[in-house]
Amino acid sequence: MSRIAFNSAAVRRKHLRREYVPVVSTILACLLSLLPIIVSSPVIPDFGFLMLIAWRLLRPEMWAPALALPLGLFNDLVGGHPIGQSMAIWTSLFIIFDIMDSRVLFRDYWMDWLIAAFAITGYVFADWFIGTLMGNSAGFPVMLPQLGASILAFPIVARFVLALDRWRLAR
Amino acid sequence: MAPPKTRRPGFSRRAQYGLFIGYVVAVGGVILAVLLLVVAIIDPTGFRALRGAALDVTTPISSAGRGVVRFFTDSGDTISHYFFAASQNEGLTQQLAAAERELIEARAIRYENQRLKRLLKLSDEFTDEVTTARIVSSSLDSSRRLATIAAGSSDGVRVGQPVRAPEGLIGRIVETGVFAARVLLLTDGASNVPVRSVRNGIPAMATGRGDGTLDIKPLEVGENPFRKGDIFVTSGTGGIFGPNIPAAIVVRVTREETLARPLANPARADFAIVQGIYMPSADAPLETGVAPPSDSLQVLPPPPPPAGVQATKVQAANVEGAHTQAAPGR
Repeated sequence: MSRIAFNSAAVRRKHLRREYVPVVSTILACLLSLLPIIVSSPVIPDFGFLMLIAWRLLRPEMWAPALALPLGLFNDLVGGHPIGQSMAIWTSLFIIFDIMDSRVLFRDYWMDWLIAAFAITGYVFADWFIGTLMGNSAGFPVMLPQLGASILAFPIVARFVLALDRWRLAR
Repeated sequence: MAPPKTRRPGFSRRAQYGLFIGYVVAVGGVILAVLLLVVAIIDPTGFRALRGAALDVTTPISSAGRGVVRFFTDSGDTISHYFFAASQNEGLTQQLAAAERELIEARAIRYENQRLKRLLKLSDEFTDEVTTARIVSSSLDSSRRLATIAAGSSDGVRVGQPVRAPEGLIGRIVETGVFAARVLLLTDGASNVPVRSVRNGIPAMATGRGDGTLDIKPLEVGENPFRKGDIFVTSGTGGIFGPNIPAAIVVRVTREETLARPLANPARADFAIVQGIYMPSADAPLETGVAPPSDSLQVLPPPPPPAGVQATKVQAANVEGAHTQAAPGR
């Protein structure tokens, strides 16, 4: 018979891992926007956001909607967005996901991707719209490469989140 | 499926209240975030301390990795140069010969220029260099085009100052931390720079399109006066950007629009030079209230607010009984 843990330190470590891996991995994904790459058009997906919705779709009961507030503030500060942008979009998205979960009977991989595609479209559009309110005159077609890249990158991020989740809950 | 009538997680009162309070916090948080966003839209420089601190903390991370990225970018170039050495050599030799001829002409013109300026008693309005810094990163996922440089208010960098590379204009400062600052790139959709064509001196406005290109709009109506390959320099009109900084080169011309790309590529520029804000009328003497002599190309902007005392003096001289009508501060 194998034991779950041999001493209290191991129990504590596993507890920490179980509790904090999702939040820490999302924060690290937000930090990807600090990559020292200089691009002249928005083509790179917001990995923090992809990570967030991948965790949320995989484990609907894990996060209260209010958790998106501090994570969004962090993403705004790191990514150079106007403060409040990710906070508002992410938290309202979590509330929408909660409503959706109470109505949808089941979800599978393709449904998740479809839902994520809608969420990404809304997010990219909101980002562009807030930009126009702040004086950006670029049209929405500028954002299409990023929109496509984000939707295509979601399955990869979801796969990564699944692997992390297995490691998190492993004995 | 119809949603269940109640969302009770069970019979536990504690769990029920917890869920309820969770939603109250979330909805309140969304409202708060929208208010913050409204503040940010009305006053983009708000929360300066918080945003500056975040910039200071995150910039060293980007700075450290920048060298690695540069190595890979440059090694890609080196390999392609090796393959195209012969054809490139031929092209460069021709270019060099042409450039030498033009250099001699340019020297002659410069000499003549100096002589004429001495005749007109014009002095070069020199904008001082504030500091030199590395460009370490840029916004990746946002619709805005912002870059980060590794110099902040401790180096004298202030909001509004123009940033250039040796090759040309990069943008201007929009946000400063103590050790880092954010630059609004020329290609951002909110960036407007007054420029003029080097070929024929026609003034235009260069507006970013958000995808790495610029839209050049001539200030006069009529047929599109620009051709492919035209080079634009800043005109110095309206202050902020000093005159004659190389800005853009035209890559495509259609009937309606002129597409250009910036001459300085922030991804390749070794260093960014932060310059002082160019204020032609603030530097010029204002003793008699008569506009100082200037060449016909340069349109003087209204007197800027910092020179409040001088502006009031001039107005008092012009208008009888005008008092404390200083321009409102920004």
